[in-house]
Amino acid sequence: MLLTFPLVGVRFNPVENIIQWRWRNLALVGIGAFVLSALWRWALARREMVMVSAAGQSSFRQRSIWDNRTLRWSVGGGVVAGLVVVPWLVSTYQTNIFISFLLYVILGVGLNIVVGVAGLLFLGYAAFYAIGAYAYALLNHYLGWGFWAVLPLGGALAAVAGVLLAFPVLRLRGDYLAIVTLGFGEIVRLVLENWSSFTGGPSGISNIDRPGLFGQELSVAGTNIYIYYIVLAMTLLTLVVAERLKDSRVGRALQALREDEVACQAMGIDRVGVKLMAFGLGTAWAGFAGVIFAAKTTFINPASFTFFESAIILSIVVLGGMGSNWGVILGAAFLVLLPEYLRAFSEYRMILFAVAMVLMMVFRPQGMIPARSRQYPVEDAEREEGGR
Amino acid sequence: MEAVLDVRSVSMNFGGLRALSDVSVTVREGEIVAIIGPNGAGKTTFFNCVTSIYTPSEGEVYFTPRGGTPVRLNGMKPNAVTALGMARTFQNIRLFRNMSVLENVMVARHCRTRAGIFGAIFRPRWVRQEEAEIVRRSYALLRALGLHPWYNELAANLPYGQQRRLEIARALATEPRLLLLDEPAAGMNPQETAALKDLVVRIRDQFGLAILLIEHDMSMVMSLSERIYVMEYGCLIAEGTPQEVRRDPRVIKAYLGEVDHA
Ligand SMILES: Nc1ncnc2c1ncn2[C@@H]1O[C@H](COP(=O)(O)OP(=O)(O)OP(=O)(O)O)[C@@H](O)[C@H]1O
Ligand SMILES: [Mg+2]
Repeated sequence: MLLTFPLVGVRFNPVENIIQWRWRNLALVGIGAFVLSALWRWALARREMVMVSAAGQSSFRQRSIWDNRTLRWSVGGGVVAGLVVVPWLVSTYQTNIFISFLLYVILGVGLNIVVGVAGLLFLGYAAFYAIGAYAYALLNHYLGWGFWAVLPLGGALAAVAGVLLAFPVLRLRGDYLAIVTLGFGEIVRLVLENWSSFTGGPSGISNIDRPGLFGQELSVAGTNIYIYYIVLAMTLLTLVVAERLKDSRVGRALQALREDEVACQAMGIDRVGVKLMAFGLGTAWAGFAGVIFAAKTTFINPASFTFFESAIILSIVVLGGMGSNWGVILGAAFLVLLPEYLRAFSEYRMILFAVAMVLMMVFRPQGMIPARSRQYPVEDAEREEGGR
Repeated sequence: MEAVLDVRSVSMNFGGLRALSDVSVTVREGEIVAIIGPNGAGKTTFFNCVTSIYTPSEGEVYFTPRGGTPVRLNGMKPNAVTALGMARTFQNIRLFRNMSVLENVMVARHCRTRAGIFGAIFRPRWVRQEEAEIVRRSYALLRALGLHPWYNELAANLPYGQQRRLEIARALATEPRLLLLDEPAAGMNPQETAALKDLVVRIRDQFGLAILLIEHDMSMVMSLSERIYVMEYGCLIAEGTPQEVRRDPRVIKAYLGEVDHA
């Protein structure tokens, strides 16, 4: 409270050269701080209690209602059905917001493969988003290539770039890896900014073609809806692929790499191969998202791919739950949709964002929807074994 | 009988520290061999050299895979060594803590299966069959080690003794010919240790393994092993049957004094 005193309690009025004391504000801050600290204590105590009771009980994992497959699929189906009808119900502006929400889901799921599943802290993810976007912008600008031709190519280019970046950082982990990837992100951005003759420099590239629908001309609103469906399809594809990968031989190898590198190798997994795979599999999605982004905005410049962008995507993953794709969806909703619909608070956006992050780290470090290891049905195996 | 593992005069230097000097060890098919020695003698370092986690500074390591000829392991990647048929457990338990017990074992099937990225995405028939086979075999292993009631638990939630067992189950899932156990009884109570002793013999017979183990529990070492190597300060100071080692004056002096009447 003392610390905030000069900030909040005193206002210097430069016009009249007098100092206004704002006692009322000070009192408010005091009360606010008290309430917050009480809440804080209470929450901490509650957390301790939960831990103690969890330790006291049997070690068996709690069943959550999410274990119910039917429920999960009906909720998922409902959400998808809702998303399918959305563009017909809302304005073009709103559709745009949803497009960017879905783009962030794709980006989040992609980054989640690297950060959440394989446990490699990665800070320059926007670079791969940029690679996808510029791939389409440049190929379209210079060679007149269409959206559908570049979409797979953008993903492939980003994946190749990811694998190339992985080579020099194979030995790095944690903070060091974060710093190198951060540097890579900045390098890509700086190259785009300074290679004016080719990339258009800071002013970027404009008049990028929108995706074509069998040669038909669409109205602006029509194209928007069309792009919305492309993004939606891409998002679903990303989710299905990411979920399948996670529960596969490759996905288990990625998780083992995250858990313990030495044991992972001792269990017969090629550390180098798996790391390259993690990078390639993770960055490809940023490439796809980048191509769609360029087609949606028809104009791109390096300012869209700053470190801030990478930080947002990483926050989506961390907030939602590392390694959990459902968490990413929720995280993206929280960080992309919420700010749009809470315009009133836009001034405090960064503060609220920071507070949310800190609270999250303290009380729920595993994220809103924590990743859970897959539950395998082995009942039949048991019976079979028992019968022998 | 055929030598499964043949270590010839291996030395390992860490900077100025000579952690192993001129160590030679052989393990033959189906044998249970123990390595004992005081703390810091270099036993774990020896395991790391054998499994190629470290590359020995001098000397050679040969391993004979099932139905094959001896292969020189120096400089090989650890995962390639595992694929040849050597598996290990760790002194300081190294489970995949945030994965389920079953998944821990499933991971170890990696080098015996082959589904890749596209297999994972498109899930053709053969991948689904392979996946089902992984689950079946992994679960059968858990059952063999009595860990099946916990198969869906996170590995980190297992009691300590069970975690050591899970490490063994995981190592067995790689279908080894030689199993290296680094202090498997550490931290176990006498009942658990007795059960472990039976388990080691059982898996040796059931899976046709050779077993090389590091252990401080003398009753376990003496009753289990057919041969014992004794290390001190990175050197082998004795080698022989439990009876021979027990009587060796250097060993008694270095290490076994109190065990002589155990
Ligand atoms: N990576 C390393 N770098 C430097 N020194 C090491 C390294 N690994 C082991 N040492 C040293 O080598 C020596 C042997 O260690 P090692 O862990 O092999 O002993 P140990 O016989 O397994 O002992 P314990 O019974 O305590 O497990 C010790 O002095 C240790 O400090
Ligand atoms: Mg040791």
